[in-house]
Amino acid sequence: MAHVQTGRTRDPKKGLTEPAPVRWLLTAVALGFLFLFLAVPLVAVFTEAFRLGWSAYLTAVAEPDAMAALKLTLTAAAIAVPANLIFGVAAAWAIGKFQFRGKQLLITLIDLPFAVSPVISGMVFILLFGRQGYLGNWLMDNDIRVVFAIPGIVLATIFVSFPFVAREIIPVMEATGSQEEEAARVLGAGGLQTFFRVTLPNIKWGLLYGVILCNARAMGEFGAVSVVSGHIRGVTNTLPLHVEILYNEYQFQAAFAVASILAFLALVTLVLKTIVEYRTRRSMEPVHGN
Amino acid sequence: MARVKRSTVLPGFRLTLGFTIFYLCLIVLVPLMTLPARTAAMGWSAIWQTISDPRVVASYKLSVGAALMAACVNAVFGLIVAWVLARYQFPGKRVVDAFIDLPFALPTAVAGITLTTLYAPNGWLGAPLDKYGIKVAFTPLGITIALVFIGLPFVVRTLQPVIEDLDVEIEEAATSLGASRSYVLTRIILPYLYPAWLTGFALAFARAVGEYGSVVFISGNMPMRTEIAPLLIITKLEQYDYAGATAIAVVMLLISFTLLLTVNALQGWSSRKLAH
Repeated sequence: MAHVQTGRTRDPKKGLTEPAPVRWLLTAVALGFLFLFLAVPLVAVFTEAFRLGWSAYLTAVAEPDAMAALKLTLTAAAIAVPANLIFGVAAAWAIGKFQFRGKQLLITLIDLPFAVSPVISGMVFILLFGRQGYLGNWLMDNDIRVVFAIPGIVLATIFVSFPFVAREIIPVMEATGSQEEEAARVLGAGGLQTFFRVTLPNIKWGLLYGVILCNARAMGEFGAVSVVSGHIRGVTNTLPLHVEILYNEYQFQAAFAVASILAFLALVTLVLKTIVEYRTRRSMEPVHGN
Repeated sequence: MARVKRSTVLPGFRLTLGFTIFYLCLIVLVPLMTLPARTAAMGWSAIWQTISDPRVVASYKLSVGAALMAACVNAVFGLIVAWVLARYQFPGKRVVDAFIDLPFALPTAVAGITLTTLYAPNGWLGAPLDKYGIKVAFTPLGITIALVFIGLPFVVRTLQPVIEDLDVEIEEAATSLGASRSYVLTRIILPYLYPAWLTGFALAFARAVGEYGSVVFISGNMPMRTEIAPLLIITKLEQYDYAGATAIAVVMLLISFTLLLTVNALQGWSSRKLAH
């Protein structure tokens, strides 16, 4: 009885699953596909990076332009992630705890950056701040550089990583409802106290999940940043752009050495993501009573 | 109902909603509005002239065609992968499950140079294929492979939870009434999965149409043959042809938004269907 109820991992019962040869065939096809499309490329990144040995690897990674690119990537992410985190929490509070007209439209608009090609995401900032852009003359007169400078890169990064935190915690806020918060308020808790003591513990895993995805996108973005960067070595190059420059200069080993840093970050992201998913599932289980 | 809820004791509605709308306008809506604004200033004939240019038409055909092919490949293999992960047990399953999201986590530029190196005529996979006369790098086939890579998680991740939540009792009932396994699969389970399957397909397709980073290295960028639409936008921008870039971009946005609306409609269908 309990056996049927626990769901997730069922024993393959006769007649309720495919015959063994079919199961083996499907598993082999699935694993073969994943091996070819995921495992082989991942192994290739590190193989190419270490092709000329450790010292060549370290030289490529420690080179000043690579370090400058790493610094810019971290800077852009350090601005974009907190900005989108604050936005995500504010949006989820408004959408999850209150009823108002146009809510569904707001949710759709928040997802908008996902529907836009990365190249177009970068391009809109050129149309706005570029030399022939709407604010171009004003910026020139005041000697402010946005496009082909760091502010443009930060703006493009914020744009492409915009929805991640919000779309992870809006459903959690909606699902938990507002009774707990209302109880806290009635018992005399202040607004911020209610948020930090009641709401935050409920949404923390969703929040963390959103931050992990947001950060991965912010550090890895290529298309949008490429359009606004102008590719000035050591100044407006992020790590992914530096990879491109090295590759186009036929410095393949150096390109893959820098790429391996990004691949390593991707692996860290996957591990963190899996841990958070596991914790979320566990914290959800007692509540998930339907 | 809305009236009752408004008398809630919770604070911060005006503040958070105000900030949300302000930030949304500042980062997303105002920048995106530059596209229709530029287009309106251009006039219809100028737009038509840009987007009917054979080179632009060829790039649209390539971007949409390769994205469609890649989404089809992902639909077939994504279904198999999702089924295997949701229903079967095998050693290392958790690791495999975690790795599905690699294309989301790996920067597109890294994927691009890696796939190009792998499928180049002297690469690990390119060399054996080259013996049979199959060229992958710098051809539409290479573009499709890059798009399969970046679209891979969409179908798997939309189908997997739906398969996990399938009610076994339906299968048990059908089997005990004498239905064969293949009948159960094709007539009972598959129709149930259609909405999620189509959603995953549309998401993978939408992502692939606008993709740039993973494609630009493997495509070779030959005008009329392997030049994708996003690259053409960049080329126009570099020539300060903002009007041309805008016209190409607006058509791409229309394609993306149509797909997004389709996904929304499908999700509505899906939730109605799953609600019994």
